[in-house]
Amino acid sequence: MPWPLPYPFELAFMQRALIASVVVGVFAPMIGTFVVQKRMSLIGDGIGHLAFAGVGAGLVAGVWPVWGALGLAVAGALGIEWLRARRAASGDLALALFFYSGIAAGVVLVGLGGGLNAGVLVYLFGQPLTVTDGEIAVIAGLGAAIVLTMLLLRRALFAIITDEEWARVAGLPVRALNAVLAVQIAVAVVAAMRIVGVLLIAAMMVLPVASGQLLARSFAGTMRWSVAIGVGSAVLGLALSRVFGLAPGGTIVLVAAACFVLTALLRRGRFPRFGTGGPA
Amino acid sequence: MSFAYGDTPVLEDVSLAVHAGEFVALVGPNGSGKSTLLRVLLGSLAPSSGRVRLLGQPPERVDRARIGYVPQRPSLDSEVPATVEEIVLSGRLRRSGWWRRPRRADLEYLRHALESVGLAELARVPLGELSGGQQQRAFIARAFATEPDLLLLDEPIAGVDAESQRRFRDSLTHLIEEHGAGVLLVSHELSAVAQDLDRVVVLKRRVLFDGPPGELAAAGVSLGMHPEDLPLWLEELR
Repeated sequence: MPWPLPYPFELAFMQRALIASVVVGVFAPMIGTFVVQKRMSLIGDGIGHLAFAGVGAGLVAGVWPVWGALGLAVAGALGIEWLRARRAASGDLALALFFYSGIAAGVVLVGLGGGLNAGVLVYLFGQPLTVTDGEIAVIAGLGAAIVLTMLLLRRALFAIITDEEWARVAGLPVRALNAVLAVQIAVAVVAAMRIVGVLLIAAMMVLPVASGQLLARSFAGTMRWSVAIGVGSAVLGLALSRVFGLAPGGTIVLVAAACFVLTALLRRGRFPRFGTGGPA
Repeated sequence: MSFAYGDTPVLEDVSLAVHAGEFVALVGPNGSGKSTLLRVLLGSLAPSSGRVRLLGQPPERVDRARIGYVPQRPSLDSEVPATVEEIVLSGRLRRSGWWRRPRRADLEYLRHALESVGLAELARVPLGELSGGQQQRAFIARAFATEPDLLLLDEPIAGVDAESQRRFRDSLTHLIEEHGAGVLLVSHELSAVAQDLDRVVVLKRRVLFDGPPGELAAAGVSLGMHPEDLPLWLEELR
């Protein structure tokens, strides 16, 4: 029985889509606040490609693609962090290495697993409208784990991403916490891929934060604004996709992007100094 | 203690001690090994020979909550805005546990640290909107908030305005007199704190001078010097 919600959320499948999208709207921007401050906005993209390879591996191995994606995404995130910490490759090159190996392995594995059918496309482009109760449970479980970890570690992670050298001298377990953040990013990618798709996950981590940092004047405030914008984009995007018959994953991200453009224009109107970098 | 990068000696037979409640400045021209010495003290570099102890412990074993550190050019860039308060509260992480919410005692230390550097009114302002001197004071407040027994500062007053220099001096003497902390200030510009120093250590690969600033002045050297004067008076010392 669907809950008595008004149009466009009156049907059970829309309500399942709403729950899943709102959960993604909370945890993706939350973790995105750290990712943006770390200047690793594209890491979600690179890990998304690895998750795609994991989907292919899952299909070939005959296990649920989400578990395959989780395994490869977590391993890849730790690999990227390891390379970054060792400075074995510049952050940019490390990302490129994983990014392209991931998508190439994904293409090969998906081909072996039966080609680009509907079962693969929901992970590539996202499709909240067909999400099942079981998938909602997994998304909500992974999302809750991310939110709890972020709430517990946010002060330490904040200290590290703002001044890593100082954090090391201050005796914080910098390497371990960076690894935890990397794993959280991977979990977030996998939890969100069924909703917005691996191609657009990074957008849900970064775009709400881009707006949030223009509206807030503190790190905590940026996180709160980003989550609010993430949730708002999820609800509005899903509603618009139903009303106009649009692809929901893409519509959610377009709303988040429109939100950023609007915020930036409003901010520019009020302050001649655009952005948050302080006095130029 | 000695340190070399490969075959190039950077520090030779350097012997240096900072006692509780003592205010020591480490000065020397560029390339004299000041920064290397600081990195050895912090445990990021291991000495080639000799021994380093912080509060009686080797650097890798010392309780980091007792060490305050003010980096030379903090790497903080505000992609996301962060307030002075948020930055300074980071200083409490080791004392209060980094997984906990800040408690009342932490907020007390925050207020105290902000007041001692004169930033209480700017607590909620994003760091990126502050002047260079104010930002530097925020990082000093972060080090104060850890309640350090030993405070290490790397070139903290380079290019800082007069008001910030005065605040800086007052807050350091407060830390030394009220809390009995030892302070090691690495700098090539000492005019702001010259009269409060217990000892000056002049470094140029070796320790060339270690004593009260008065004796240095007797050697014909003023501490109200400009950075560019340094190599000259170092020549005189030899």
